[in-house]
Amino acid sequence: MSDTTVPETTKADWTSDQEPRWCPGCGDYSILTAVQMLMPELGVRRENTVFISGIGCAARFPYYMDTYGMHSIHGRAPAVSTGLAVARPDLDVWVIGGDGDMLSIGGNHLIHALRRNVNIKILLFNNQIYGLTKGQYSPTSEPGKVTKSTPVGSIDEPFNPISLAIGAEATFVARTHDMDRKHMQEMFRRAHAHKGAAIVEIYQNCNVFNDGAFAQITKRDKRDAMLINLVHGEPIRFGAEQERGLAMNSAGQIEIVEIADVGSDALLVHDEASEDPALAFAISRLATAPTMPTPVGVFRAVERPEYAAEVNRQVDEVTASHGAGDLHGLLRSLPTWDVTA
Amino acid sequence: MTDTAPANLDETSVDHIIIRFAGDSGDGMQLTGDRFTSASALYGNDLATLPDFPAEIRAPAGTLAGVSAFQVQISDHDITTPGDAPSVLVAMNPAALASELHRLLPGGTIIANEDTFDERNLAKAGYANSENPLEDGSLDGYTLIKVPMTSLTKEACAELGVKPRDADRSKNFFALGLVSWMYSRPMETTTDWIKAKFAKNELVVAANTAAFKAGHAFGETAELGAHKVTISPAKLEPGTYTNINGNTALSWGLVAATQLSGIPMFLGSYPITPASDILHELSSKKSFNIRTLQAEDEIAAVASAVGASFGGHIGVTTTSGPGVALKGEAMGLALSLELPLVIVNIQRGGPSTGLPTKTEAADLMMAMYGRHGESPMPIVASYSPAQCFDAAIEACRLALKYRTPVMFLSDGYLANGTEPWKLPDVDSLPAIDVEFATAPNAKNDEGEDVFWPYLRDPVTLARPWAIPGTPGLEHRVGGIEKQDGTGNISYDPDNHAHMVQIRADKVAVIADDIPPTMVTGPDDADLLVLGWGSTWGAITSAVRRATAAGHSVAHAHLTHLNPFPKDLGDVLKRYPKVIVPEMNLGQLSKLVRAEYLVDAQTVSKVKGQPFTAAEIYDVIVGALQ
Repeated sequence: MSDTTVPETTKADWTSDQEPRWCPGCGDYSILTAVQMLMPELGVRRENTVFISGIGCAARFPYYMDTYGMHSIHGRAPAVSTGLAVARPDLDVWVIGGDGDMLSIGGNHLIHALRRNVNIKILLFNNQIYGLTKGQYSPTSEPGKVTKSTPVGSIDEPFNPISLAIGAEATFVARTHDMDRKHMQEMFRRAHAHKGAAIVEIYQNCNVFNDGAFAQITKRDKRDAMLINLVHGEPIRFGAEQERGLAMNSAGQIEIVEIADVGSDALLVHDEASEDPALAFAISRLATAPTMPTPVGVFRAVERPEYAAEVNRQVDEVTASHGAGDLHGLLRSLPTWDVTA
Repeated sequence: MTDTAPANLDETSVDHIIIRFAGDSGDGMQLTGDRFTSASALYGNDLATLPDFPAEIRAPAGTLAGVSAFQVQISDHDITTPGDAPSVLVAMNPAALASELHRLLPGGTIIANEDTFDERNLAKAGYANSENPLEDGSLDGYTLIKVPMTSLTKEACAELGVKPRDADRSKNFFALGLVSWMYSRPMETTTDWIKAKFAKNELVVAANTAAFKAGHAFGETAELGAHKVTISPAKLEPGTYTNINGNTALSWGLVAATQLSGIPMFLGSYPITPASDILHELSSKKSFNIRTLQAEDEIAAVASAVGASFGGHIGVTTTSGPGVALKGEAMGLALSLELPLVIVNIQRGGPSTGLPTKTEAADLMMAMYGRHGESPMPIVASYSPAQCFDAAIEACRLALKYRTPVMFLSDGYLANGTEPWKLPDVDSLPAIDVEFATAPNAKNDEGEDVFWPYLRDPVTLARPWAIPGTPGLEHRVGGIEKQDGTGNISYDPDNHAHMVQIRADKVAVIADDIPPTMVTGPDDADLLVLGWGSTWGAITSAVRRATAAGHSVAHAHLTHLNPFPKDLGDVLKRYPKVIVPEMNLGQLSKLVRAEYLVDAQTVSKVKGQPFTAAEIYDVIVGALQ
């Protein structure tokens, strides 16, 4: 685009003429609003923005954004987006999906998009349930969960999406929740600014099939005590009076401590940019269910070559050294012989 | 030598020869065959090849399972197949002889590496009591040439300082040298190639060259004169030729389509036999504005291609049958999104893993119907290795013009088989015109300009291709049913019926845009042979033979299988009898029976091997009795 001035926009400009069809009270509405309100602040153009989704409640999201968008097939949004991002590195590509979409049927594409570090921004709507198929347990549902397909309780060990992403060599990993628009927007802004694959897990309430799954940590009166806000370069502390924090014990494990007991010097200082993912991984293991004090914020943000840029760098370098492809020459690149009349 | 014929003074001239090289997977038979073929091509013969190897990289040495073979026919005239029964069999070990002898023409020539016919290898090859067929008279009906290839190669390499074990690996070049002498192939083509190929290792160049020359010299000095024959160059149309296999021609056709359309190409692919070579070839063609992704699986391969097509590239995915099975849902998505996409299926024996390295053409029904719902997709099939070039361009043309996924069918035989190809003048290849949408095309209720992604071209029924980055044309598409025109989600019953019909019509109108059925032979022939895909060579050869024998036979061959050419019904009804040779149990014949109510008779072969011309000839003659 030769015109570098990005026109001023408002939320309305990013809102399509299609009526959202989510259940009243669904957490998806607040995420949609957070995104629609954030976009004018990012200094980007609607025509250069693409939302790609798979299948599920969350996956209807692109229809409500007045940008380019594709509602693809179950689980494949990270793969579709990889192709688009490689073909068109000039675009902002956002990927929207739920826990079933991205961690179950599309788990393979998610981990490979993360390890390749493709420049896509993945918003993982985690409600720990299958909504659109009406209430089966998901790969993030807690053990013992009783659903239509687990009448005597789930026996599956759930994924921890943050641990999974870190294990998949992700360069940007964050967590937020649908009750805090400001925090969501901060995480989305950071993801957008990141060069490479960024994944933001959003704890999202499904008020029909899994109501209150995160209430014990995300309700306004619980947050101070239950959400551990990770801030780069700062000691990790939380609590109404910031009286608790995270420290490493003598066995090398991360644990919650009372600052009064250990002193503030004993607290872990959060380093999202650490090359070694071990500490971020350890922090991601602290809470095994959203009923315990749970870290939110940016777990990991490191730099690594971005995939689409690398693909296009190779194309440019080969083209520069060999010259633009010559079909006539290509057809003669194997031994040839002439037949004369 | 068991051969007692006197040394011949004059070389015999023949019009064609069929040679089958066979040995252990580790013996380099594919390379030997390939080199002999290249020398013959540069010499000016017409030729066709059939590589025939096991799926295992190295089955246990010396066993029947490990036998790898390469058949080539060279001739002084136009030929269309690698030949039926070889007249010469090069057998590098007992297993090769045991597994391939049944193919040899009665009275044919066997060139055997007698060094390998020891007790252990004979037992591995299943010769009872380790009876040596080279000695027990069981090969009396053939001309047997026994050559101690291994020891002569080691001897030739000894003074170079090559270890005996390394020298052993050059024995295929000894065999190549011997056969090159017998068929008067120029030596330089091969020695130059050895120099270039192994440039990084002088010792290997020296060993292979020494072995090659030793084989050549052996022919000259060891009273093999009676076996020396010449095959004059073929009288091909004037032009510049190269010897090409189907996968390379197909890759170059894709490259050409990118050049002709000016649309960048994106290939998403997952390695699979026998399609991987296309991924390899296109990965090395970055300077042609081609990007390749070796995806994490078959589904990601096609899904990424769909994403690239949404972005304004031509998305391509290359695979074989098992991969197509996995791509089904994403193909349906491309169909519903109405975006260009080319799915290349290099068919192999199935179902499941089946016969990865052997050919079959049993995916026609999958190409037609292998997606849920009513999901029609154009199908283009190539019929010879070189013709894969034109067919690939055609598949891309249809995909781009009609904004539709197109299935391209080739098979393992075309993929690896080679033939001389008269190179086209690239300037004469027709351009593929593609236009992206740049402006709104409709008004909303308020009278404002809007963009409707499903407002169609009245002739092609294609929807506009508006790519991200185009201001004012922001829109959403999806696999969920949408209203024609606006593209908004719609569950309206009548709209769905309309969309199902329009997707069918969109494929059907392509019939107006493709050539009529390719027919050879008289209109009033007594019999029509209808074919598709790689059976072309064998059918052509069989029909020529039948015609020469006084029969009245015609041959129709399909390059477009969906939609069929408009005249196909009339063509089929013109002949009293129609037979359909297919490497499946009768898939095309079912389709034409259903479509045209003709009594097309299936001629089936599902042995992992292409039809021979003789097999089809016999069926033709039988049908005419």
